[in-house]
Amino acid sequence: MQLDVLEQKLVNAARKHPPGDHVPYAFEKRIMARLAEVGIPDGWFLWSRALWRAAVPCLLLVIFSGLWSSNSMNAANTVDFSQQLENTVLAELNQNLENSW
Amino acid sequence: MEKTDQDYINAVLGGDAQSFEPLVVRYQPRIFATARRYARKESEVEDIVQEIWLKAFSKLGTFRGDAPFEHWLMRLAVRTCYDFLRGHQRNRESSFTELSEPETDWLDRFAADPEKAPEDEDAARMLINRLMDQLSPPARLVIQLLEIEEKSVKEIAALTGWSVPLVKVRAFRARAEMKKCLSRLARDKYV
Repeated sequence: MQLDVLEQKLVNAARKHPPGDHVPYAFEKRIMARLAEVGIPDGWFLWSRALWRAAVPCLLLVIFSGLWSSNSMNAANTVDFSQQLENTVLAELNQNLENSW
Repeated sequence: MEKTDQDYINAVLGGDAQSFEPLVVRYQPRIFATARRYARKESEVEDIVQEIWLKAFSKLGTFRGDAPFEHWLMRLAVRTCYDFLRGHQRNRESSFTELSEPETDWLDRFAADPEKAPEDEDAARMLINRLMDQLSPPARLVIQLLEIEEKSVKEIAALTGWSVPLVKVRAFRARAEMKKCLSRLARDKYV
């Protein structure tokens, strides 16, 4: 079978039979009713919805920041780990300095 | 004086949702014809058309007005149809063993003498529809736009949102897929 000729014939058949453009009765009414259910895309509505959606993450961020800063303040009252490390490393040097005096 | 598309669009964006109806009335025949190229059942066609209009309404704010509204709407329509094809690709038929009698008859006449199988018969249309149903979504979209609607690669790129090289690659693959389907048709029917 000549497949190239068959393909061309079938493609030509599709070109000669374009699909109909008839519209079901009162279809636009159905669309408008559906749009009324969905609602009008109002800018203020979209803005307030975005704000409400952002509220929960913002609240969580505030709580997390509060906890983190209070922990930092508690840690500031105790001896700093880096300071302890520095004292340990330089202990012998400090001792030598004291002995030299 | 008759209102333009832009007048209606401005009214809708200003809060008058009823001004969307004249746009629906004006363009819905074209939208129905487009949807019928990708879906066979009338209930599916209606669902696709409804989806297109809902998207058009909700995205109307993104219409910049530098091209005609019809072009913007057709881009939206083609992309929605493509989404439909991708969502329904599992429903594709897998063989040509269940051809109807007119289709078999048409193919027999073609095999005997290609000139004796006219293109304007319903059987030929049924066969091409069956063939298109077997293609993958990108192949079907490209064959539809490039071969059947005879659009240029640039036009397809604008309609689909794909780049020009991607359209060319997909057109190459689509033609190969079409050939494969045709050879399967010949094998299922005559071997």
